[in-house]
Amino acid sequence: MDPLEIARWQFGITTVYHFIMVPLTLGLGPLVAIMQTLWVRTGQERYLRMTKFWGKIYLINFIMGVATGLVQEFQFGMAWSEYSRFVGDVFGAPLAMEGLLAFFFESTFIGLWIFGWDRLKKGVHLACLWIAVMGSVASAYFIIVANSWMQHPVGVELIDGRPVMTDVVAVLTNNTAMAAFTHALFGAVGVGSALLVGIAWYHLWQRRRDGIDTVDAGGRVIVGENPELPGRDRTDHAVWLRSLRLGAVAAMIGFAGVAATGDIQGKLMFEQQPMKMAAAEAACHDGTSFSVLSVGNLGAQDCDEVQGLIEIPGLLSFLAKGDFTTEVDGVNTLIPEYEEAYGTNLPDDPLYGERAGQEIDYLPLMEVTYWGFRIMIGFGVAATGFAAVALWLTRKGTVPASKPLMWLAVASIGAPFVANIAGWVFTEMGRQPFVVAPNPDPSGVDGVFMYTAAAVSPGITGEEVIFSLAALGSVYLALFVVELLLLIKYVRGGVASAMPQLGHAGDEDGHGDDGDGPPGGRRSEDDVLAFAY
Amino acid sequence: MDVLPVIWFAVIAFLWTGYLVLDGFDLGVGMRIWARGGSEKQKRLMLNAIGPVWDGNEVWLITVGAGTFAAFPLWYASLFSTLYIPLTLVLLALIFRAVAIEYRGKRHTQRWRAGWDRALGFGSFFIAFGIGAMLASTTLGLPIDANGDRVGGPFAWLSWHALLGGLAVAGFSWVHGAAFLTVKTSGHVHEQARRAVVRWMPWAVAPLIGWVLVVQVRHGSTVSWLLVVLAVIALVGAWAAAYVDRDGWAFTGLAAFLVAGSAAIFTAVFPVLVPSTVDGAFDLTVYNASSGSYALTVMTWIAGVALPLILVYQSWSYWVFRKRLTEQHIPDAHDFLPAILRR
Repeated sequence: MDPLEIARWQFGITTVYHFIMVPLTLGLGPLVAIMQTLWVRTGQERYLRMTKFWGKIYLINFIMGVATGLVQEFQFGMAWSEYSRFVGDVFGAPLAMEGLLAFFFESTFIGLWIFGWDRLKKGVHLACLWIAVMGSVASAYFIIVANSWMQHPVGVELIDGRPVMTDVVAVLTNNTAMAAFTHALFGAVGVGSALLVGIAWYHLWQRRRDGIDTVDAGGRVIVGENPELPGRDRTDHAVWLRSLRLGAVAAMIGFAGVAATGDIQGKLMFEQQPMKMAAAEAACHDGTSFSVLSVGNLGAQDCDEVQGLIEIPGLLSFLAKGDFTTEVDGVNTLIPEYEEAYGTNLPDDPLYGERAGQEIDYLPLMEVTYWGFRIMIGFGVAATGFAAVALWLTRKGTVPASKPLMWLAVASIGAPFVANIAGWVFTEMGRQPFVVAPNPDPSGVDGVFMYTAAAVSPGITGEEVIFSLAALGSVYLALFVVELLLLIKYVRGGVASAMPQLGHAGDEDGHGDDGDGPPGGRRSEDDVLAFAY
Repeated sequence: MDVLPVIWFAVIAFLWTGYLVLDGFDLGVGMRIWARGGSEKQKRLMLNAIGPVWDGNEVWLITVGAGTFAAFPLWYASLFSTLYIPLTLVLLALIFRAVAIEYRGKRHTQRWRAGWDRALGFGSFFIAFGIGAMLASTTLGLPIDANGDRVGGPFAWLSWHALLGGLAVAGFSWVHGAAFLTVKTSGHVHEQARRAVVRWMPWAVAPLIGWVLVVQVRHGSTVSWLLVVLAVIALVGAWAAAYVDRDGWAFTGLAAFLVAGSAAIFTAVFPVLVPSTVDGAFDLTVYNASSGSYALTVMTWIAGVALPLILVYQSWSYWVFRKRLTEQHIPDAHDFLPAILRR
């Protein structure tokens, strides 16, 4: 059985899954660090509670990112050994730097942060979190440097048919990487802040529904408390309102960053991988208009069946070149160019197995690129729009009593996730049929490219890959449900889920618990563990 | 002869040794929680003994993978693709171990905890076994062709030396985990762990000694045999220290045994990275599998700065959490209710 297609599905599924956890880690980390910084600087209880609660959510998610990241590190060699041999000289370096300069910091200091409450001096403890967060950011940088080299190979010379690194600075400062790294980072901020908005909204709404907070005639909040419920005091209101507004503001910053970096990235992509961008537009012919809606059979891989229904004149030129008149190459112009530069058929090389000599389809799957691009932008805009609305609606200190609106807020947590995933699916699928894309732009190194069909491990069988795909897929699915249920449990518990001392009021008043819970004893002075698994 | 690939062989050997010494005891503790758990408090005591450090220890494995990719791409590609199925199992085990540690205490039902205990125990065992099988295979031979690809199908890697290596790392981790608990805990868990070290040490490290000796007989040099002698001395010292209740010395001796044994293996096999069981001409070596000298120079600078720094801050983290734990230190499990009125 041919392992290629299964291995591609496996890489796609495991990577997309990993990238559900990663942007949340990347986006929430700095927000938690900001909360703790505010606590250390002001000493206000609300910031401590925010740090504890959001820190808990952060960690439940963090571990899944760690666990699924291991798969990423191994599977280049396992399923893509020819790829690894081809690119190892230049692609391995950023991965090794990620381990040495990012993961070690991240994992060691996150351990210090989790267990170091009360053990370390406040400032040192805070620094541990910042170092761990910077470790996550650094790891995002290095992995995107590696990915960007596949999009835009630089800093190498072709020696004996293999790219050999000659300029590490060029690799590390690849313009594609700079744009993609900042783009992904701001995108992650969008994910983290949407979580803040959605969950904080849920709690503010619950406080209203439970009759704790009310509003006066002018719509201004009257904050109350309910000692019956764990943690539902006046500070609790401030925790959620601050979280919501911090999240909404961060979402705006994230969006501004995503838009600005996305624009730079788009312009680079039009130069570096024109076919990807033509496919993103389903643009068959040269033109200047951006398609809002195109119909026809995009999957037919045949340009004659695509009709642009709604188009904005000049916008495509603006996205690509910064003016409104320059014609942007369409698919029908580009295919002959690619065929001339890279041939019409795969080489007759045993490396390609049964695919040797087959005709090459230079057009990526258009329904994926076209819709991937639009879903990315659409959900990104929707998430930001909701954050703006949230900021306005909460100006008088709480959220509206509307239940559908509350559910919309909770659902909006998903929007930036969808946007992030769609963006990656677009850029990776848009690179096909290449795993390392050739760049017509002179800044790319001539002749450095690799077809995905040549990248898979020649020694492995399709059955093996089916086995690993089934095993990883089912475990991932089960763990996704587990993570989600735990997140829901901790979210519903509110701040008390992360601060046991807040929960006692409820316990003492006879709410009881599952039976094996704590009698409610506080920690004594000689306790060694500020936190325990 | 170019010196950079040799340096990188040493760096990779150092990273593997660091991983086995450090995550070795995490894996042993993980197995122990499942196999010899005791009361809930005792299990949590063991888990919290590795709690602050296990994640940092695991990064040694990630880094050795990435470092191999960067320095010896052909080694990385051949080894990982040849061992496709066992490494898939190792990955699943790594996932289960990590998630078990973090999620075990997040709910308070018997079934939940028992399930994660099993995930932790099996996960820890299969990580140790799989990594051992991988290392024994790369030191004693794999069926690879001229391109470095596996011949003979999905199970062609399976051999007695893969099993020996698997048992070697699993057995070592089992004792090393117990030895770690003797230096990190006091009370019942401590007593039990100390008895386990004395009872298990000679048997559990036997497969590791076997692996070291097979490598020596095939490829040994004077230097590598000297390292074997050092390893044996460290082991005898560790056992004697355990016998007279010197926990710290026993743990250190066991770690020294692993370091010397690992150094003996890597010294003996040098410069071969993967001996091909198909044809000796297909062997991957330090010289034919490495990256170019520019890439290795860059990586040498990075590693030269990063590795000492890593040793410093990881040591600091062990220093911060240096106190022995007892059952009294483990707070009661904390459960909570939704902060929402019940209707």
